[in-house]
Amino acid sequence: MAIESTDTEQPTIRVVLAKLGLDGHDRGIKVVARILRDAGMEVIYLGLRQTTASIVAAAEEEDADAIGLSMHNAGHLALAPSMLAALDDADLDIPLIIGGIIPEADIPVLEDAGVAAILGPGAPAEEVVAAVRGAVAARA
Amino acid sequence: MSDDKQAWPSKSDWQREYDATRLRDVPFETMSGVPVDPVYGDAPLPGQYPFTRGLHAAGYRSRLWTMRMFAGFGTAEDTNARFKEILRNGGTGLSTAFDMPTLMGYDSDSPWALGEVGRAGVAVDTLRDMEDLYADIDLGTVSTSMTINGPAAALLAMYIAVGEQGGVAKADLAGTIQNDILKEYQAQKEYIYPPRPSMRIVTDMIRYTSAEMPKWHPVSISGYHIREAGSTAGQELAFTLANGFAYVEAALAEGQDVNQFGRRLSFFFNAHSDFFEEIGKFRAARRIWARWMKERYGATDERAMMCRFHTQTAGVSLTAQQPENNIARVAIQALSAALGGTQSLHTDSFDEALALPTEKAARIALRTQQVVAHETGVTNVADPLGGAPYVEWMTDEMERQAEAVFAHLDELGNGSILEGVYAGIDNGYFVGEIADASYRFEREINNDQRIIVGVNEFTDGNEDGETNLLRIDHSVEELQRKRLEAVKQERDSAAVEASLAAIRTAAADPTVNLMPPIIDAVKTYATEEEISNAMRDVFGTYVEQAIV
Amino acid sequence: MSVKRLSVPELVGRALEGNRRAIGRMLTLIERGGEPADEITDLTHPATNGAHVVGITGAPGAGKSTLTGQLIRHLPTLGLKPAVLAVDPSSPLTGGAILGDRVRMDDVAGDGGFIRSVATRGHAGGLALSVPGSVRAFDACGFDPVLIETVGVGQVEVDVAGAADTTVVVVNPGWGDAVQANKAGLLEVADVFVINKADRDGANDTRRDLELMLDLSHVSGHEDGTGYRPPILMTTATDGSGVEAMWEAVTAHRTHLEATGSLERRRAARFRYEVASRLTTRMERSITRSVDGLTPDGRSPATVAADLAADLLA
Repeated sequence: MAIESTDTEQPTIRVVLAKLGLDGHDRGIKVVARILRDAGMEVIYLGLRQTTASIVAAAEEEDADAIGLSMHNAGHLALAPSMLAALDDADLDIPLIIGGIIPEADIPVLEDAGVAAILGPGAPAEEVVAAVRGAVAARA
Repeated sequence: MSDDKQAWPSKSDWQREYDATRLRDVPFETMSGVPVDPVYGDAPLPGQYPFTRGLHAAGYRSRLWTMRMFAGFGTAEDTNARFKEILRNGGTGLSTAFDMPTLMGYDSDSPWALGEVGRAGVAVDTLRDMEDLYADIDLGTVSTSMTINGPAAALLAMYIAVGEQGGVAKADLAGTIQNDILKEYQAQKEYIYPPRPSMRIVTDMIRYTSAEMPKWHPVSISGYHIREAGSTAGQELAFTLANGFAYVEAALAEGQDVNQFGRRLSFFFNAHSDFFEEIGKFRAARRIWARWMKERYGATDERAMMCRFHTQTAGVSLTAQQPENNIARVAIQALSAALGGTQSLHTDSFDEALALPTEKAARIALRTQQVVAHETGVTNVADPLGGAPYVEWMTDEMERQAEAVFAHLDELGNGSILEGVYAGIDNGYFVGEIADASYRFEREINNDQRIIVGVNEFTDGNEDGETNLLRIDHSVEELQRKRLEAVKQERDSAAVEASLAAIRTAAADPTVNLMPPIIDAVKTYATEEEISNAMRDVFGTYVEQAIV
Repeated sequence: MSVKRLSVPELVGRALEGNRRAIGRMLTLIERGGEPADEITDLTHPATNGAHVVGITGAPGAGKSTLTGQLIRHLPTLGLKPAVLAVDPSSPLTGGAILGDRVRMDDVAGDGGFIRSVATRGHAGGLALSVPGSVRAFDACGFDPVLIETVGVGQVEVDVAGAADTTVVVVNPGWGDAVQANKAGLLEVADVFVINKADRDGANDTRRDLELMLDLSHVSGHEDGTGYRPPILMTTATDGSGVEAMWEAVTAHRTHLEATGSLERRRAARFRYEVASRLTTRMERSITRSVDGLTPDGRSPATVAADLAADLLA
């Protein structure tokens, strides 16, 4: 027997959470941050008024496993595709999860565009955690 | 604070005031024909300091609350059409919602505006949009509320200019501009500049309107957004009134007269679903404000001690599941506002958890408060719940919670609530408290300790198809950019530049009032973003120190 | 091709070329520890350039992140390419964490800077292994200086302050804060003091208090008898005033370390400390393995331990 190297840690899921654009409703995203923390994840919280470029930079530097954006101003049909395009341009294969007020009719539109999961307002904690775990597992 | 030495006014004082009040021409009796008194109980009665029971001796017998419906979407012309519809339907005041770029001091052609133009409110870039927004509406007779904060000075300037064009002097303009910048740092997050220069803009506006616009409310101190961000009722009450004290201290520090500006301050509260807690909150707000204005800030004119408030039902309480249930929630919340003695009320549309309200949903919301006002009989008697042990206890409890917060802020600010509020913004006290309360509430729902109908119980019916939703046409953004481009082409750009330079100069000199140069600038069709940038150059911008 | 599918040498190769995605991934592998982390250490070690490692510490709310944000805006104007390790505590209950420092640092993308948020828990061997590993990786990728920002409490500080050439301690106006800093032992590690929020009342009082404490106690140069006295700087992180002077003080400290030979001594001590940490971690794991499943067999515990030690070190 000899002295061995240390074990490699089980991966901790790292999630970048941000508000893209001007919308300042951050109640929901702060609740989600705590839900994910309490599920043992590391949340890199970027806060308000982020651009696609700042989110891409954070996702690269933080080696994010998922990106979560919260949208409450009916801007999702413009903002979500612009985020997906920015990820594509940066060659980042990271699942994008959208939370907020998303009309049912828009859900297939966003899914077809490549959004990995969509969470409505007041989604229960298990659903939030499962959506992130599921999206990360699907890209692993 | 003690009221031991207070010489309470008597019931006969109340009677004199009641008799002098002009009443609505309706029978004040029950549905079954039983006549009822205008008030029950002993002094202090409604209209008597500290106004726990209401501001006016006759309650709603003289005048119902103003049914003020918030509207705004798309271009100025779209919103103008909605305004006219509201007025035709019996609405008695207009309330304007602006889109995010406008709220944040950006024009529709800014990269920040992508996807946001005309979505959550109307887009206003220049005076041209304001002209269209209020076209064919007599600003001399309608009262208007504008929900905007960071760039409030520019929007008020545009409103003054539109009034002038229509021959209405600014002294005759009646209305409210929200302009409550402190709660932006605490809850709504629509700030532009750091807190201290922002406060300077607010005090400039208070001074300007006190002198020139006697019918104008220059600040609507708002707890609504604090509550929507997840606070408790007690925190909403405490933080809002503390912000009010901060504005008072800021105006006093510049030598303004508390009896003068005190009369023009107004408040804006949330009506959430816990019926008696909300009523206690409204009653406590009036009492606390009156006492502090009198005892701490030295007001002698009773009108400067009165907490006048607008109320909106809780948008955050609306569920996307079985959205029609929201009509019931809104009705109950509206009733609590009426029993709490609100001066004006906006009722939310049942589809707002899904999208912006459709015209039909907005009409149902207005009809809901009309039912409360005209069918329930609660308007016959002022403060009909006053004296009920539970209601009085709840009122005291709300006051106790609020006083504990004031004591904390007073200590934080070494005897100044204004400095305490700055410190609380700076050290994350407000956002931290709100985030904690919000998370606690969500966890209780999540653990089924708290039932929300259709969300974690009684979910049959959640699979029903979606109701019709208002969709903002994608072409709005394009259209608004073209309108802006056209205005920029037509205007005298040398005059614009000169007016912006004047704003920069004024901003750098704290002894100069910013309102006159901003009014000059909007008349040159300088854009909202250009005006905001002139001040950003001098004041800098604010970035939140996130507390999650 | 996703960086997740690259071998460790390929990944490190890309990172050394400056690929930000690869650098981000490499830092994750370092934090997770084990053989990949050791391999990265071997591959990055020869590529290091001796970057200046600066610890920035102080009480929660002192304005460290905002100050760090001002620094990473200022440093590129001097031709420097800074990297930041922002260390935040993990939840003791779940091991999860909310890392919010980036918000206060603003966004340095495009300026060539790099920010990495690190949670205190969940690293094999703890921060004592992952922080030196990450610093080495940044250095090898051409970042200089490497800033390590931590909340000034507890073991984290001991691990992190040991990793820095220069430690900046941030305090706020108010006597209490300086006293707290003293109690927390931060005065012992300070090479530069910064009184942040210097626009507040009491900044001058705090300066006097610090001067007094320095008069009465140590100076950080005591280890080498050079008589170095930590300078006290005033900053207002929210508007960036004083940040240039603060950086000048930090570089002056480095010059002092070089001139007196202290830099070499500090780095040698750091090297020994890292080797010891790595050895300790390996030993602990091996010990855990060797005692796992042991049952009393009549021999005394001392005998069993002596036998196992002989075995392990064989």
